[in-house]
Amino acid sequence: MSEITNKSLTEIVDLIKKKEIKSEEVTNAYIGNIKKGKKLNSFITESFDNALVKSKNFDAKPNYKTLLPGVPLAVKDLFCTNGVRTTAGSKMLENFVPTYESTITNNLWLEGAFLLGKLNCDEYAMGSSNETSFFGNVINPVKENTVPGGSSGGSASALAADLTPATIGTDTGGSIRQPASFTGTVGLKPTYGLCSRWGIVAFASSLDQAGPMTKTVSDCALMLEAMSGFDPKDSTSIDRKKENYLKKLTQNIKGLKIGIPKEYRVGGMPNEIEELWEKGKNILKEEGAEIIDISLPHTEYALPTYYIVAPAEASSNLARYDGVKYGFRSSKGSNLIEMYENTRSEGFGDEVKRRILIGTYVLSSGYYDAYYIKAQKVRQLIKSDFDNAFTKVDAILTPSTPSAAFKIGEKKDDPISMYLNDIFTVPANLAGIPAISVPVGHDKNNLPLGLQLIGRPLGEQTLLNLAFSMESKSNFKQVIKKWWEK
Amino acid sequence: MSEDKSKFLINGLQGKWEVVIGLEVHAQVSSKSKLFSGSSTMFGADPNTQVSLVDSAFPGMLPVINEYCVEQAVKTGLGINAQINSHSVFDRKNYFYADLPQGYQISQFKNPIVGEGEIILDLKTGTKKIGIERLHLEQDAGKSIHDLDPSNTFVDLNRSGIALMEIVSKPDLRSPDEVNAYVKKLRSIMRYLGTCDGNMQEGSLRADVNVSVRKEGDKKLGTRCEIKNVNSIKFMQMAIEYEAKRQVELLESGKFIVQETRLFDTKKNETRSMRSKEDAHDYRYFPDPDLLPLNLDKGLIEKIKKNLPELPDQKKERFIKNYSLTPYEANILVSEKEVADFFEEVIKTADIKLSINWIIGDLFASLNEKNIPISESPIKAKEMAILLNSISSGLISGRAAKEVFEVMKDTGGNPVKIIEKEGLKQKSDPKELETLIDKILQENKDKVSQYKSGKDKLFGFFVGQAMKISGGTANPQLVNDILKAKLK
Repeated sequence: MSEITNKSLTEIVDLIKKKEIKSEEVTNAYIGNIKKGKKLNSFITESFDNALVKSKNFDAKPNYKTLLPGVPLAVKDLFCTNGVRTTAGSKMLENFVPTYESTITNNLWLEGAFLLGKLNCDEYAMGSSNETSFFGNVINPVKENTVPGGSSGGSASALAADLTPATIGTDTGGSIRQPASFTGTVGLKPTYGLCSRWGIVAFASSLDQAGPMTKTVSDCALMLEAMSGFDPKDSTSIDRKKENYLKKLTQNIKGLKIGIPKEYRVGGMPNEIEELWEKGKNILKEEGAEIIDISLPHTEYALPTYYIVAPAEASSNLARYDGVKYGFRSSKGSNLIEMYENTRSEGFGDEVKRRILIGTYVLSSGYYDAYYIKAQKVRQLIKSDFDNAFTKVDAILTPSTPSAAFKIGEKKDDPISMYLNDIFTVPANLAGIPAISVPVGHDKNNLPLGLQLIGRPLGEQTLLNLAFSMESKSNFKQVIKKWWEK
Repeated sequence: MSEDKSKFLINGLQGKWEVVIGLEVHAQVSSKSKLFSGSSTMFGADPNTQVSLVDSAFPGMLPVINEYCVEQAVKTGLGINAQINSHSVFDRKNYFYADLPQGYQISQFKNPIVGEGEIILDLKTGTKKIGIERLHLEQDAGKSIHDLDPSNTFVDLNRSGIALMEIVSKPDLRSPDEVNAYVKKLRSIMRYLGTCDGNMQEGSLRADVNVSVRKEGDKKLGTRCEIKNVNSIKFMQMAIEYEAKRQVELLESGKFIVQETRLFDTKKNETRSMRSKEDAHDYRYFPDPDLLPLNLDKGLIEKIKKNLPELPDQKKERFIKNYSLTPYEANILVSEKEVADFFEEVIKTADIKLSINWIIGDLFASLNEKNIPISESPIKAKEMAILLNSISSGLISGRAAKEVFEVMKDTGGNPVKIIEKEGLKQKSDPKELETLIDKILQENKDKVSQYKSGKDKLFGFFVGQAMKISGGTANPQLVNDILKAKLK
């Protein structure tokens, strides 16, 4: 019954609830696909035995009152999973097996889901193409030799290739939305603090946020409902009641005001992105929303600000990987300093080292004020840009990325051009506000393209409704030939 | 001009030098759990048995502030008359070391929880105010153990993450004696408050000592050296004396002081360079993004203020006023809360003057001899009071009381029972004493006639006989009176 895996998460949940399908059948169908999908390299660790046991247990004693009854899910390998190795895509954690479960995955398991496997990602989530992973490139199922985006590239690839019914990623500067856009899927970065960061390998603590990656907007609402919630173990977690996103999901967006920021019209952007943006505007207008031109004047500083703040925090967050307590330790070196140097030289890849160097530099005495402090000030300005805009509009519509998925290796040796991929996504992270990427069209090479909707703090429902409306009217259809199965 | 002997000055070849000292005291917060995790802080547990995933910095672990530690810091701030900052920020202090699992220490840099305050020292020359620059909260590191194995270092993370208060004084201290008084006073205040047990053997109180010298009368501060992590008052004093002399010698030979961090070698009694300012760590402080700024509720501060216990200075004032103590006596009695409590319990029933003398004298001597705190004294306050009342009421003589005390200091117990058992009860029955004295006079007729012919000194002989025969229990006053009457 391989067509199970073509279905959306909500459809599968429905079928399980109606007892038309068993959890074990669903699990086996995905395991079959994963086995055939090795070429994509989207999995780092498979958890088939666990998934089968859990599915059988579910079928033997089903509980249909949960949000994700008997659903197998693969997750980004940045979420710590109890007893299942968690690598963060790094040699440093190649053999690291946590004795604890991240709050987010635990929330999913409490809602009836279980682990199918751990998905490839850029090393420590640093990358926009999944080419920095110690475990190798991930391939975009949409087209051979094409990157799936990053850092949640394994998640996006596995989802688009029907290797998991839905998944979760983390988004520090676009790591959910950009790969979603590259693979024709839906990706949401929630408001900072909506989803707990406890048990997620940290990249940049003030920007990191976990979120759902799904085939449909309804699936996205369901997953967000399952994973979000207050966590006293995360001091930055927001203490509020859980929302019923799926239940409240509606295509009625009449009267909503949508801002179009002129600063997102960047030079060198392909025509087809411009056209896609127009298409999005028109759909929302036809559905009764009001389109308003707005200005977010500090947008051009967002990327440089991001590339100061994120590496600064990363340089400190990654100091714990020193070979002393867990993880990789170099066998070379005759004293503590040499052990540190060898461990970190051998254990980290180039991109991680690059960012640690940048971060260490911008925090150094003599440079701190010029870089880190200034970046924090600009970050405030970017935030107030959004605050001002949201006095006039309910959401902001922009492209998700400045281009469609690029070829593997195309930007690997050009970090600046790679970093530019995040140009539309980083402002939402800097401001801590929610943003969703929803697939709306294709470029001339038939590669998918997404539009981004940015919302008010805790405005996830509005974003989901707008995305839902756009999804239903955009006629976006993605037919992926399973070329990798041959 | 007469020299002010109270001043600590170093006599150099080129004149007198003044020593300027500032202290950074690291005081372990009294709290059952650590600053950002639920692990126990109990001292002396087996290595690495009180370590959570947060303390050992596992991937994805996040700190959550222990509110009790915050309250303890506020309490301490109020105890040193300091400004409490309702907004403070935790920063990361980044450096690599094997016993620092996160690769950074969570501390407070630009915005500490407590601002300026002061501590009043009671010195022989009078009182002196020492300014406090700030107090901030931070995590302790673990312990590296280098002497268990010739080629390996072991790490114990039990201490990792325990809450410390770093209390930074202004450079207001001028001598090892002042440092002694300052640390003792600060320790006393924190012990009164219950915010730090002040146990220096267990490392609950340590200090970095900043020392500089300048010519007597100079206003400008000299270049300072910081002596790291000194863990006893005696060592602080030794280190200061050594370091000040070293600096004077350098300056007088035309050299400069290099601002640097130094270590005190307790075995060699010298300080040596650890690292110079150029080699100093660049700690790359920045606000910890895992923690929100600490915003204290005004109500909480007020609540803590309201529930503050009586502190040493207030107690001292009250003792002087209510009990007519001298400042010297009051100082001694309030230095430890337990001593003050003991004293107040004793004087509930016993005479104040007598109590002071016995507590400061005999009791302290016996505690010092045994090297135990008053809380472990075998003699409890109530028993002490009974003993003193036995003297006041004439039940026993002062001399007999000393004997009773000798028994009590080892075994404790009710002094009345000891008095009975040892037969030390004072004989105060005039008839009984008269019979005794008559017998003595009868047996020493020759001495009686000598006395009567002018040898006055023999009076003491008769008293001595009476005491000897009665085994010290005869009431000396009565013996005197009877003898005088009989020998008229």
